[in-house]
Amino acid sequence: MSLDKSDVEKIAHLARLAINENDIPDYVRDLTNIFELVEQLSTADTSDILPMAHPLDANQRLRADEVTETNQRDLFQSIAPKTEAGVYLVPQVIE
Amino acid sequence: MHNKSLSELSTSLHNGEFSSVELTQHYLDRIAAHNSSLNAFITVTADSALEQARLADVRLQQKTAGTLTGIALAHKDIFCTQGIRTSCASKMLDNFIAPYNATVVEKLNAAGMVTLGKTNMDEFAMGSSNETSFYGVVKNPWDTDRVPGGSSGGSAAAMAARLAPIATGTDTGGSIRQPASLCNLTGLKPTYGRISRYGMIAFASSLDQAGPMANSAEDAALLLNEMAGFDPRDSTSVERDVPDYTASLTASLQGLRIGLPKEFFGEGLDPDVATTIEAAIKTYESLGATVKEISLPNSHLSVPTYYVVAPAECSSNLSRMDGVRFGHRCDDPKDLLDLYQRSRGEGFGEEVKRRIMIGTYALSAGYYDAYYLKAQQCRRLISDDFKQAFNDVDVIMGPTAPTTAFNLGEKNDDPVAMYLADIYTISTNLAGLPGMSIPAGFVNGLPVGLQIIGNYFDEARLLNVAHRYQQATDWHQQTPADFK
Repeated sequence: MSLDKSDVEKIAHLARLAINENDIPDYVRDLTNIFELVEQLSTADTSDILPMAHPLDANQRLRADEVTETNQRDLFQSIAPKTEAGVYLVPQVIE
Repeated sequence: MHNKSLSELSTSLHNGEFSSVELTQHYLDRIAAHNSSLNAFITVTADSALEQARLADVRLQQKTAGTLTGIALAHKDIFCTQGIRTSCASKMLDNFIAPYNATVVEKLNAAGMVTLGKTNMDEFAMGSSNETSFYGVVKNPWDTDRVPGGSSGGSAAAMAARLAPIATGTDTGGSIRQPASLCNLTGLKPTYGRISRYGMIAFASSLDQAGPMANSAEDAALLLNEMAGFDPRDSTSVERDVPDYTASLTASLQGLRIGLPKEFFGEGLDPDVATTIEAAIKTYESLGATVKEISLPNSHLSVPTYYVVAPAECSSNLSRMDGVRFGHRCDDPKDLLDLYQRSRGEGFGEEVKRRIMIGTYALSAGYYDAYYLKAQQCRRLISDDFKQAFNDVDVIMGPTAPTTAFNLGEKNDDPVAMYLADIYTISTNLAGLPGMSIPAGFVNGLPVGLQIIGNYFDEARLLNVAHRYQQATDWHQQTPADFK
């Protein structure tokens, strides 16, 4: 398969990545090469093969519904880019 | 001091031949002398190291010390260390002071070990050459024009140059074993779930596993004893007793059944590396092992499977880096979308962006079945090959990497060529099996690693198999000339 410029722009948007206009040809080339490598998977017969989501086929462990974490908001917000009155600040989203 | 094994260091510390402060200072001096030529450390924590060493000396004097109390180590900068920058070698986390310790860090702190600093790595552990780090390339102490391997390249270079007596690494597709191979170290990736992933910054959650990078199997066993174990804070941690990994190190290899996958010795393997590996296998035969050729017929699917599964998981894991709660934020965002896009565009390097984009595409509407589901099915085929093989053999052996250390810059322009550096290590991660790399000789002065793959939770046997070889050979004791 071969990707083009608009594919790369769409993927970058989905991934919320700003990419340089000048770098797009490199992304087109590299991603196309990588997906060509991935195309080899289509040669494998996987009918009736269960997808493997976990190496040990383990199930999610359950635990008692008890509070185990304490509130560390001040500590966690001490490394945040921008906070005020205990909340994280981002550009205005509601007019 | 820096050529002693961990057990020798432990004996000296317990007998009072030198203190932990003296040992720590010795390594800090070596780091000061050599790090500028290697770039193995991102952060050196001299003050806190000496403070930890003083506390270790108190425990040693009070006779409350354990085997590893007072011994220094280096952590890959992927493990969260409370109060210390944890960058994952990314501009995104250049300002990230971890608010908590990874379980691995907590356990080794509790054992009384001394953290010398945080080692360089490929950005978010994505790379096989340690060239994708925001903090610059790491150089191989065996030849500083060459790469140390990756992604745990800083830990590998630090160990090879004897800037630390032991180090931690992580392995998602070969990131402990491949640099161990390129730097003449003993590296172990345990079974998935054996060591807690809590506080280890996630790359591909179904593949990531921490492990020791050491100068010998015995040293690796000592560190694994402390690193392994169930952790309720990691939902994929396995509830299973941890044996004493040193207990069976010296067991006889008489009758050990070694399988050699024919797919690991085919096209793409450097002929001199192949000769070196064959000589190592001969040594095993002289130690009483029997050898048979086996087949892992779906091996050729490993790299393509990995480059769907790992990027898919990374695109999901790295979505938490959005410039809101921690990490890099762009200047003057005009709206929320701009904040996300520019913070991530500026914070991530090229290889990380590439992998996020592969994963995003593979998981996007209309492509999920063709890529992710298909890859998960191929993953089971690869895993079933190993299950079949382990019906007839005890361990599988082959080369860790297809070549010795390559030149800096050699594969930078071709991501696919770089990905093939992990062709022999990736299948182990996909299956969740434990694997090791141990020094097996040299080609033109550059180290060659022998890979040993075991069945699930068979780390003790791997270490035994490695240790017996290291008693019969001295490859693992060779050190690079400029770092004696």
